Amino acid sequence: MHVLLEPGLFSNDTVRTALVLGALVSIVSGVVGVFTVLRGQSFAGHALTDVATAGGAGASLAALSPLAGFIGGGVIGAGAMDAIGVQRVKDRDVATGVVLGAATGLSALFLYLITLQTTTTGSTQSILFGSVFTVEPSTLPDVLVLTALVLVGLAVIRRPLLMSSISPELAAARGVRLRAVGIVFMVMLAVAVGLSAIVIGSILSTALLIGPPASALRVSTRLSRALLIACAMGVAATWLGIVFAYDSYYWFGSGRGLPVSFFVVVDVLAEFVLVSLVARRRRRLLAPFGRGARPDHVGWI
Amino acid sequence: MAGPDLLEVVDVDVALSGRMVLHDVNFRIDHGEFTGLIGSNGAGKTTLLRVLLGLQEVVRGRVLIHGEPMTRSNSSVGYVPQKVLFETDVPVRVRDFVALGIDGHRFGLARRTRQTYELVDEILDSVEATPFANRRIGSLSGGEQQRVLIAHALVSKPELLLLDEPLANLDPGSAQEIIQLLHSVVANQHVAILLSAHEMNPLLPVMDRVVYVANGRVASGTTDEVVQPGVLSSLYGHHVDVLRVHGRVLVVAGDDDHDGSHVADHPALVIE
Repeated sequence: MHVLLEPGLFSNDTVRTALVLGALVSIVSGVVGVFTVLRGQSFAGHALTDVATAGGAGASLAALSPLAGFIGGGVIGAGAMDAIGVQRVKDRDVATGVVLGAATGLSALFLYLITLQTTTTGSTQSILFGSVFTVEPSTLPDVLVLTALVLVGLAVIRRPLLMSSISPELAAARGVRLRAVGIVFMVMLAVAVGLSAIVIGSILSTALLIGPPASALRVSTRLSRALLIACAMGVAATWLGIVFAYDSYYWFGSGRGLPVSFFVVVDVLAEFVLVSLVARRRRRLLAPFGRGARPDHVGWI
Repeated sequence: MAGPDLLEVVDVDVALSGRMVLHDVNFRIDHGEFTGLIGSNGAGKTTLLRVLLGLQEVVRGRVLIHGEPMTRSNSSVGYVPQKVLFETDVPVRVRDFVALGIDGHRFGLARRTRQTYELVDEILDSVEATPFANRRIGSLSGGEQQRVLIAHALVSKPELLLLDEPLANLDPGSAQEIIQLLHSVVANQHVAILLSAHEMNPLLPVMDRVVYVANGRVASGTTDEVVQPGVLSSLYGHHVDVLRVHGRVLVVAGDDDHDGSHVADHPALVIE
């Protein structure tokens, strides 16, 4: 019999790298994700994951860094969506759908070409569903710098971004350049998706981008709290996923572990269900006090 | 010698998608005046407000604030839009939303100071919104949201406040409360107000002037000067009667041959 957190787990370099990487990616996804959900751009975020897939596959074919491919593809996709009109509510789905379709087609081509180059499915599996245990520690500084850039950038634009997310009309009347703020945010979104892709894969990076922020928004009355909760939930889901995936090597006696991305997505879903149940119970508790009311003696966050 | 008016709109023409929607618009607003911008739905009230905010280009004419050309995001002008649908899960308290009226357009890492929140609390108190200052904006009723939007606009200390149909979708009681609130803002803070509405009667007790929009043209002056058959008939392009009943105004469209009249489908109509 073995224990989940076996002795020496955290002294293993592969696991340590995975945990640090997972934490950084979860934090940047949580922060960017809160604004993504507030702006109603979850579909755009998902489309960028498909664009990142094309970028990652293209990078693999060209023997370039997967991270560069994921982020490069995402940024190009964000630019294309903006050019088509993702900032306008009525054109948002059209812009997203057009880019999503094109990117998926490109991904199919690149992934097919990869299968012609190799006899294994490792690369395809890694691009689509991630392989955090195979990420080189030398990637960490790049991830750290990109994470810092996105977080500082978001901190700088947070008020115009929030204002334009709540009411574009009010923001425009106050002089906020909606398109400029929107483009900057889309680039940050593309970077967040690219970073997330190396941990849980390009296809599943939506899970970290949308799941924890959506849960956090259900129970937070303040933006700062929503950001903190989203980050904490993302880190918890990723770390638990890594630990479970590592431990799964022992589960079936086959000497093969289950994918990290599977466990991360399950954790994110479990968090969402749990928070939704708590939020619903909380609303029922507060119902007798009136719409939106919160008496002083009832507090959760 | 008196200085320039607070707002001056001179010979303005506005086109949308190549179609002229406002012709030869002229009016003025002075400090501390309550002006009603009256017109039916689609008359061009929102377009005119967008011109005053610098968000809509004019084909011809000038918009002057203190005698200077209007620029986008002029801090002298506050704005309350027609409809803001606050999502229930937006994690923003009323206090923080009102504070965005001060710094929502600013980039940077600076934190809000205590003075900012003191100003916010003062404004919330002036619009009687203190009881729900710590609630989510998405949890408020329509009347409460209007108060918060007004506070958001007032917190930057504008000299002119533009409100686009703030009484729409409010029950008569809430509408009356908002009108009295705005009247007290004019009186106590000496802020000029331009409020658009399709119905003028609720505003009659507080309105200093009226800017009446119809058929892409505008007539302005005191209510007595503007709301009379000659002026409105000229604006609408056909005969209009104006009846005054128990202090209320009824604008009735008559047939051109004067063989009778029927109730017009237009803004100032009141049947009670």
